[in-house]
Amino acid sequence: MTAIDNGPAASADPVVNSIFRRNMATFAENRLALGSAVVVLLFVLMAVFAPFIAPHDPNVTDLFRRLQPPAWQEGGDWAYLLGCDALGRDILSRIIYGARISIFVGAAVVLVATTIGIVAGLAAGFLRGWVDTVISRVVDILLGFPYLIFAIGLMAMMGPGLINIILALVYKEWVIPCRVVRGETLATRELEYVEAARALGASSRHIMMREILPNILSPVIVVSTIRMAHVIILEASLSFLGLGVQPPTASWGAMVADGRAFIMQSWWVSTFPGIAILLLVLGINVASQGLRDAFDPRFHE
Amino acid sequence: MIAQADTALLDVQRLSKTYLGRHNLADRLSGRKQTRVQAVSDVSFGVRPGEILGLIGESGCGKSTLGRSILRLHEPSAGKVVFDGVDVTGLDDAAMKAMRRRMQIIFQDPYASLNPRRTVAEIVGLPLKLHGLTKTPTEARDKVVAMVEKVGLKSAHLDRYPHQFSGGQRQRIGIARALVSNPEFIVCDEPVSALDVSIQAQIIELLTDLKQEMGLTYLFISHDISVIGYLSDRVAVMYLGEIVEMGPVESILTGPRHPYTQSLMSAVPEVDAGVRKARVRLTGDLPSPLSPPSGCKFHTRCPLAIDICRRQAPVTERVGNGHQAACHRLNENLSLLDPVGT
Repeated sequence: MTAIDNGPAASADPVVNSIFRRNMATFAENRLALGSAVVVLLFVLMAVFAPFIAPHDPNVTDLFRRLQPPAWQEGGDWAYLLGCDALGRDILSRIIYGARISIFVGAAVVLVATTIGIVAGLAAGFLRGWVDTVISRVVDILLGFPYLIFAIGLMAMMGPGLINIILALVYKEWVIPCRVVRGETLATRELEYVEAARALGASSRHIMMREILPNILSPVIVVSTIRMAHVIILEASLSFLGLGVQPPTASWGAMVADGRAFIMQSWWVSTFPGIAILLLVLGINVASQGLRDAFDPRFHE
Repeated sequence: MIAQADTALLDVQRLSKTYLGRHNLADRLSGRKQTRVQAVSDVSFGVRPGEILGLIGESGCGKSTLGRSILRLHEPSAGKVVFDGVDVTGLDDAAMKAMRRRMQIIFQDPYASLNPRRTVAEIVGLPLKLHGLTKTPTEARDKVVAMVEKVGLKSAHLDRYPHQFSGGQRQRIGIARALVSNPEFIVCDEPVSALDVSIQAQIIELLTDLKQEMGLTYLFISHDISVIGYLSDRVAVMYLGEIVEMGPVESILTGPRHPYTQSLMSAVPEVDAGVRKARVRLTGDLPSPLSPPSGCKFHTRCPLAIDICRRQAPVTERVGNGHQAACHRLNENLSLLDPVGT
């Protein structure tokens, strides 16, 4: 794309934090990662502008179009590009609207979990002592539960719904950024500039928020992006099991589940939402790995 | 113990710092003993206003820990640190914060001691902000500019990040940060040992100039005898957490009394090729502070060690004007530095 011609880091302006710019330039040189980022961006745009893009109302049923095949197959109709589901709803429109659920849940869970993880991880890593013991034990216990089973249990307790999915996933998701932040904090708090801040009379809060946090943010952002892909799969899994957002709201996982009964005759009902999940998750994974390679100095030669 | 002059700006009294190892429930139940590292044991000394006290010793002897304990960057385990008549070890957080404006530290590693995500202006201006020393941002900026120029940087450097500077320039930034709040006492923790020799001289010159100009008092920690000899008014020699000898710089350099100091002095290269010095080679490494030797801690490596050294720790004795040492054989007037062949 257009970013490639920037070449190696532009260092003309010394005021801009050039570490960040160099990292972004490294990322832009990785064409696979850049392409994946574009795919992810397209999905995001699709979710945001769903009402303008979707050719049909995703929830309008038309029993005459029940299980209508995709346009290029016999019996297909170019107005219904990817065919219709068992209730005659347009699959393409439902995929476009379903992107909203996946991306919203993914972003919300990662955002909330990362915020909690940063606070808990900073407290554990910086304050040490009993604070660290308590937080680390809770983290260990939560890590002992299988993620999906844990979420299913919580959903069964709280009942289905968008907010409940986010809560059920955040319950466990925060431990991952928490562990990253704790580890980075443990290493960073021993650096002399942290000691210097303390010698100058800085409070613990100042040291945590202003000295340590800005320096550990890169790995946290990288981990959070990778986790977003996992969270999207988990949301799809919960929806597949009927524990996610409730019908008729379109969700990719629920759509795959809907088509399960007809998979031998009407393969398109399950396949297209499945491909959507695959593309988005793969896109996030490859893009975030490119991000990691660019931001982790160990990958620089 | 030698009594300190009443005029001391800083009076360290029987300061100890012990690091305790992990000792959780499982360790306790299995009867494992908690590991302790006595990094600094029972150290006393005073620093007079306007003086440079050089603190010398090999790596791992506890000299940096001592410097940090004085500033309570590492909480002392025992003893007192009296600064200008106030025992800082007993101060609460608010009083300690106020005290920190008056006692500062310059670090060894100019790469690790500056936050990579802050500009020079933010780094040097932080003490002003933390202590509310300036009323307006313009006033703060002016003070930062003045300080930065005082350490030999330009105001054009203010909005740059640390990684855009060389080691020597970074050390200047660290010095500016330490001095901007107008402190009285500075712990210089090996401020030049990470720098090139040519840069070392510049930084040492800067530190001595600033001391004159701002009326500072230094505790200058180093393992480099020539740096210490050049700068210091008095020298304290540390071995395994203890001060083994202390005195005016001339008497330490020309007439060291403790065998450890003597071995250190013999390691200094002689410029005059005609002079042949006895070279005292210490065998073995610094013993682990996890299990310090009995008696005199130096006996495992001391060429003069006798039976009593293994059993009993020597007391610090006065050996000259302001000169003290801790050795059982002081009054035998032995010297490892006698010319070869006599």
